[in-house]
Parts: sequence; structure tokens; C-alpha cells
Amino acid sequence: MEIVYSSIKEIKTAIEQGKTSCEKLVNHYLDQIDSQKDLNVFLEVYADEALSRAKTIDEKIKNGTAGKLAGVVIGIKDVICYKDHGLQAASHILDGFVSQFSATAVEKILEEDAIIIGRQNCDEFAMGSSNENSAFGPVKNSVDKTRVPGGSSGASAVAVAADMCLISLGSDTGGSVRQPAAFCGVVGMKPTYSRISRYGLIAYASSFDTIGIIANNVEDSAFILEIVSGADDHDATVSHSEVPSYSKLLTPKSKYKIAYLKETIDSEGVNKEIRESVKGKIQQLEELGHQVDAVDFPFLEYALPTYYILTTAEASTNLSRFDGVRYGYRSKASTDMLSMYKRSRSEGFGEEVKRRIMLGTFVLSASYYDAYFTKAQKVRRIIKEQTHKLFEEYDFIVLPTTPSTAFKIGRYDESNLVEYYLADLCTVQASVAGIPAISIPCGKDKEGLPIGLQIMGDSFKEAELLAFSKYISDLI
Amino acid sequence: MEKAIIDKYELVVGLEIHAQLATKSKAFCDDANSFGEEPNTNISVITLAHPGTLPKSNKVAVEYSIKMGLACGCEINRYNIYDRKNYFYPDLPKGFQITQEKHPICIGGKIDVKTKSGIKSSIRLNRIHMEEDAGKSIHKEGEKDTLIDLNRAGVPLIEIVTEPDLRHSEEAYSCLMEVRRLVRYLGVCDGNMEEGSMRCDANISIRLKGAKDYGVKVEIKNMNSMRNVQKAIDYEKIRQIEMIENNEEIISETRTFDAQTGKTYGMRSKEALNDYRYFPEPDLPPLIISDEWLNNIKADMPQLPKELFQKFTSKYNLPEYDANVLVDSQDIALYFDQICDHSKNYKAASNLVMTSIKSYLNDKGIEMQDFPLAPAKIAEIIALVDSNKVSNTAASGKLFKAMTASPEKSALAVAQELNLIQESGNDFILPLIQEVIEKNPDKVKAYQKGKKGLIGMFMGEVMKLSKGKVDPKKTNKLIQEALEKA
Repeated sequence: MEIVYSSIKEIKTAIEQGKTSCEKLVNHYLDQIDSQKDLNVFLEVYADEALSRAKTIDEKIKNGTAGKLAGVVIGIKDVICYKDHGLQAASHILDGFVSQFSATAVEKILEEDAIIIGRQNCDEFAMGSSNENSAFGPVKNSVDKTRVPGGSSGASAVAVAADMCLISLGSDTGGSVRQPAAFCGVVGMKPTYSRISRYGLIAYASSFDTIGIIANNVEDSAFILEIVSGADDHDATVSHSEVPSYSKLLTPKSKYKIAYLKETIDSEGVNKEIRESVKGKIQQLEELGHQVDAVDFPFLEYALPTYYILTTAEASTNLSRFDGVRYGYRSKASTDMLSMYKRSRSEGFGEEVKRRIMLGTFVLSASYYDAYFTKAQKVRRIIKEQTHKLFEEYDFIVLPTTPSTAFKIGRYDESNLVEYYLADLCTVQASVAGIPAISIPCGKDKEGLPIGLQIMGDSFKEAELLAFSKYISDLI
Repeated sequence: MEKAIIDKYELVVGLEIHAQLATKSKAFCDDANSFGEEPNTNISVITLAHPGTLPKSNKVAVEYSIKMGLACGCEINRYNIYDRKNYFYPDLPKGFQITQEKHPICIGGKIDVKTKSGIKSSIRLNRIHMEEDAGKSIHKEGEKDTLIDLNRAGVPLIEIVTEPDLRHSEEAYSCLMEVRRLVRYLGVCDGNMEEGSMRCDANISIRLKGAKDYGVKVEIKNMNSMRNVQKAIDYEKIRQIEMIENNEEIISETRTFDAQTGKTYGMRSKEALNDYRYFPEPDLPPLIISDEWLNNIKADMPQLPKELFQKFTSKYNLPEYDANVLVDSQDIALYFDQICDHSKNYKAASNLVMTSIKSYLNDKGIEMQDFPLAPAKIAEIIALVDSNKVSNTAASGKLFKAMTASPEKSALAVAQELNLIQESGNDFILPLIQEVIEKNPDKVKAYQKGKKGLIGMFMGEVMKLSKGKVDPKKTNKLIQEALEKA
């Protein structure tokens, strides 16, 4: 499969030179989507609408009035609101639901003349690490169709990797753009918590959720990030700090101080080829004169339980609104109010979502609140503080994005769930701490499966993080 | 039940008073906050809890809450955290209510209460916290389905929680009256219990007089008037005494009051056993009240009833009775205060407000703000009386009435038009007296012989001749002098 244009820059040049047009690009992506339907990537494709919008934007290009994203075709994960379009978090509980407004991030890309080509499959309510927890069936990895693409933004990563769109907007609560980006060989970035407005992003765990960007390269990630970030009246938690022009700040420094966490690279859970690949990268950096130190981060083992306690607690109440009363799925077997609640939610939600709602309900219950929720909040504060402390001394922390490469579809079931949750081992620290992190391709294993290198930076240091990521990407 | 048995026990009551804040928009979104609209018209995607929506806090609601706190002498919490209270109900769109569990905006404070029978008490407040209202579930008779109106969902509320300091049911009534007066003075709530903009739950227990520990408390809901709160407490007190006297165990439960029967009924215990799983609302950052913000709110506080009472009794020297009547309504109190900017005869001003003006408002069925006369005009009326130009009776009667019909005219002009100006000049009065004396020589003799009571007759005759225009005080004095001399 040949990728025709793999960056915004290439597309813009090609359009300027008259080699392509928005219409041609949309037709190309529609063909790609159509010919790879077996990957189960898009839940809905907006073909006619995308084509008609393409024609309008081609006119604008001719008239010189087109926005910054003219020619950029974007897919959105099915947890991001797009006015008058279906939205269901890959769940039956939202069957038939149509969003009545657009997410702020969607408004921003549309203002710049991006074309949205469709909504993408994902793990139901973004809960999962394999994109197998979708009410619409698992998504397949385009590198190897017997394997998962990662999750929860698995389809969003496959869409970019398999050239079904140029960019995907996904969401990352504990690694949900970085981990699938690593499994699919693309770039996945989660910015600092609160950098991008969450208005119009279906909440999984409010204090962790961020919209994330999946792209072919760091430059595109930077360009999209500077467009979708910034203050928003609709989100009380969003940052009001100024948004730098990330795409113009990609020149690296000459010397970096980098830390790597022994607990991740040397962990037994991390597969040998990944360890070697990341270590190779570290060595390369050292040889180029950067300071690279192994540091201890003894709190890492607490990050995963902290993450699961807090995210499930928040999810259990965030998902209470899906009750069959006002919209979405209502069980026809309901006989009274209580049975409407019980049946609609039991039938509408999938197993993993129900499991997390139950777990979250449990940790918030009066008798266990302090033992779990309060304690996890304390641990989260410690992890945040200790992580920030590392950044007083180091510019970045590097680590593998995932302990393994893409695994086989169906490998995990209820008998080895804990192992499944361990797939998030390396990505949850950034989510617990709220810091920006990116996964960039870092070679392949013997089976040709992509490996991801993860780089974490300090809060709101996206510009520096992106410049360094581009620097490393260029080394590969 | 025998009074002797009832008297063995002491009633212990704490109140939870909800007041809907009279903001333009809802607590966490821009939807209009207005009562009585077509069902489900003030409902955006946020009120409907559509996926992807987020709350944002309404600053005015915060300011109103702080004002109530300041009025009650509460400590204002500078670092506020919102919490989620989780439960499922069809009129609760998000499946949780945003409230303040651990860090309420107002801590402590008190409500001073004086009942009709003269009990004075100071009810301590535990807290005042902010939260949002739920929608309304409408159960139509004979229909299986429940109808939901979400206009009210998300309307800002404050919940005022008292300590268990009330010992009499009439204290509860007076406490609610005082809260209603305060919210109305502050303009933060219309205080209308019948329409549900103010609601009250009561926690009621009894114990033997002198006992230290509290008894098992029962929560009563669904009382839609202040009288019903009082009635429910009275009923519940006797019910609990009877149970204890019969060696029955009182269970901690939620009961509902039925205004028809005047009785309380137990609700399903299931509802009482809810675990609300409170936890900090992650979609709203901590709300920090800066010094500047708080100072601005303080500067914007109106004069409170007790401050006006203090002013009226000490500065204006009014009797407590007058001051109490005046401060009952903020509009009336402020109107009176404005009259006092133009007149130093405060008691006369108070009399006019309490009699002529109040009955005018009652007759016309209007509010103070629609009263046509400016306070300065009332001061003019008082000045005419004080300078003996118009009699008191004419002033508060004919003159007042005529002025309300032509509010732009001066009191003097109206008095002249109506021919109400009293004559106090000797040139006018003396000839009239002379005429009366000459007509009644017998009476003059009788007076001179000691029948002093006859002065009234002379007075009446002079009045008659003057068509009521002579200044009675002065005339009286002149008649006396004339009779002595005659």
C-alpha cells in the first residue's frame, strides 16, 4: 500500500502546484476506507458531505480565502461531538443518538477548513487497550490483521497508518492515543491535561481525559495541537495559558538532559526487543553528547492502581447520565422505573464498561471511600509532585510506550484481565501526573510489528517536547 | 394527651431550608432560570446532560450565596470545592447533583428569631451550601407514565442548615419568616414557599427535659408552607411522645407531611438508605473567593432588617413597635428612611407610613415601589401639620388622598386648592370669637362662674364659623383669653 501524501506540508505543496485538490484527496481516502472495510475502522463515513465540503474548500483555495487546514482530512473518534452527526462511544447505550453541538476542538478545526471524513470505532466509552471492547466489533491492526491496534483509540491509529485520513482526533485517559499509535507505527500525542478544551469530549474520567492527536509525524501533531488548544468558556477546567505556535518552535536545543526510568525499561513485564530498541535509542542520544541518566521512580508501581481507582470512580458517575430516560437506548422490557434503569443499563453497556462502573461505584461507597478513593488521591498527588521533581533536573523522561508490541486479537479474556490492564503500565504515569507525552515510532520487532518510544515532558512544555520528538524521529 | 406527660419532654428541631436563587440563568449553564414557563423550554444540552457537556459555575449564584452568609454572620469559605451527590432519578439528568458536601461556602452564623408569643432565640447555623435543583416529576392521576419537566433542573439553590437549636414549633415558623425576610431584603430569592422557591425539611426528635443526649431524629419532608412546617412539628412531637410512652422504638426515617390530614407518614426505608457516593466534582475547578471579590460583595450589601431596626429606634427614636412594623418590608422601611432625609419629625413620618400609606397600598393592592408619592412629598405634608397650616386630620385624610391623585403637585398647593389651610392669624380668629361671645352671653357667664367645660362649645362654634379652617390650638388659647376678659 502506497501512501500518497503523508504530511500536511506535502499536501499543501501538492495543492499549490495543482497536483491534487481537496476533492481528489477526499476521494482517495474514501477509496482507502472502502477497500479496507475489513479493518472495521469507521462506524460512519460522511462521504457525500465530505465531498461537498471539499468542493467548497477547493473554491476557497482558488480565491485565497481558505483556512490553515484546507486539504487536511481528519477522522474523529466516536467520543467527540460533531453537531448533527451520530455519536455513541461505540456503545449500544447511545443507539440512535445525534449530537446537537460540536466539540470545541471540532469547531476549531472546521474553522480552519479541515474536512471530517467520519467517526471512528474505539473501545466502548474509551475503556480498553485493544479496541476489542466495541459494541461494533474489534478493530484490526493494518500491520497484521490478526492483531489488535491497541486502544482505546485503536481505529483512529489504524486510520492514519492505513491512509484512511491524514489525522485522527482521539482521546487519551491513560494511554489511549499513545498505546495504539505505538502498536500501529504512527505518532500519538496527549498534551498537558487542560491544554485542549474537553467540551464535546464524552467524559470517561474527567480529571484525566484529554483529546489527543494521531498523525504520521511530529510536525503535523504540532500544527494540529496549536489549532485545537486554548481557553474555552465551555470548559471551566481548561487552561488559559497562551498557546505557543508549536509548529514554528521545532528547532531542537543542542544539549538535552534526559532521564529514563529503570522501573520501566528493566521491568520484567517489558518485552526484550522493546527494551533493546529503547536502550539503543538511549545509547544513540548519549553518543550524540546528551546527558542520559537512569533514575529511580519507586512510585511507578502505584501508578496503575491509582489510575484504575480514580478513573473508574469518575467514570461510574460520569456514565450515570446514560439511563434511558432522555436519549439513547431504553430497554423495551422495562416494566417500571427501576426496571427501566436496570435493564437499559445492563443491556446497553458492554462488559468492560459495566465492570468499571461497578469498580468505581465500589471505591466511592461510604465504607470503602477512604481506603480506596482518598488514598488514591493522595498517591496521585505524590506521583505528580515526584514527577515534577524529576523535571527540575531533566528536560524529558524517555520510556517504552508499551510493554509489548501489538498482541493477537482475543488473547485476553476475563481469566487474564490484570495482564490486560498492565498494557497501560508505561502510559498511566503521564495521565496520573497530567503531563504531556508522545509516542513516536522506534523501529520494529522481528515480526515487523511497530515499537513505540514514549517521551514525557513537564506540564505545558509541549513546544520543547515536540522539538525533541522531531529531533529523535529524524535520527531514526 | 395529658399536658403533664407532654411537659416531661423537650422538642429538638433542626431545619434544612432550601432557597432557589433568583438569578437570570441556571447554576451551571446559560439556560434561563424562570418559574412557570412551558415545560421543557429552558433546557439546553447541558441541562439535558447530553454526552460531552460540562458545567460552568454562575458567579451571581455564588455572590447571592455569600450575601446570605454575610447576612447571617457566617464565615465565608474562601476555597470552595463542589461535590457530586450520586443517585438515579428521572428528573436528575446527570445522575448526580452538583452540591457542596465537605466545603460549604458559608460556615456557622445564626438566625435571630422572635416568636409571636415572645420567645427570643438565636438559632445557630451549621452551614449554608450551594447546589443545583432537580427537575420536576409529574404524576398524573390515573396515568401510568411519569412526565418530566426539566426547566427547574440546574436552578441554583442554597441550603441553609441549622443546628438542632429549636425547641418550639413556633420557632420554626419564625425562623422561616426571618429567612424569608432576609432573602427578600437581599433580593436573592422571592421566598415563596407555595411556589416552591423556598422549601424546608425538619429534623425532629424529643428527649426528656434535662437529658443531655439527643433522641432518634426523624426527617420530615414535603411541607409547602410555614404553617405546615409548624403543624408537622406539632404532630410529630406528639407522635414521638406517644411512641416513647408506649415503649415503642422510634426509627430514624424520612417521613412526609400530608397537609390534608395534618399527619406525617413514613416513606419507604429504601430511600433513606441511599449511599450518595459524594466525591469532588472533577469538572469544576476549586472556586476561590478573593479578598477583592468578597469586599465588592460586602460593599453591595443592603441595610439589613436588624440594622434598620437599630437605626429607627436609636437615631429616629421610634418605639420598638413602629420599628418592627416598618422593617417588616424592605421597601417600606427604605421609603420611611427616605422621608426621614426630608423631615425630622420621625414619629409623624412613621405614623403616616403605618396608617395612610399602608392602607393606601392595601386598598389598591399595590407594592411600595408603585406608590405614586415621592418621600419628599410626605415630608411636605408633615411640615404643613408641624407649622399648623393644616390639621392633622385633614393632612392624613383629604390632603393625602388628593396628593396621591396629583403626585406632581406640592402639598401646599393641594392644601390651598382644597381650602385646607388653617387660619392662625389673630385678625381672622378674634372677630369670630367676638361674634360667638356676643351670641352667647349666658354661656359666657356660666363659664366665668366656673363651668370651664363650656370651652368646647365655644371652640365648636368658632370652628363652624371658620368652616374648620382655624388652627385649633391657637384658637383654644384665644377663646380662653377672650372669655376671661369678657
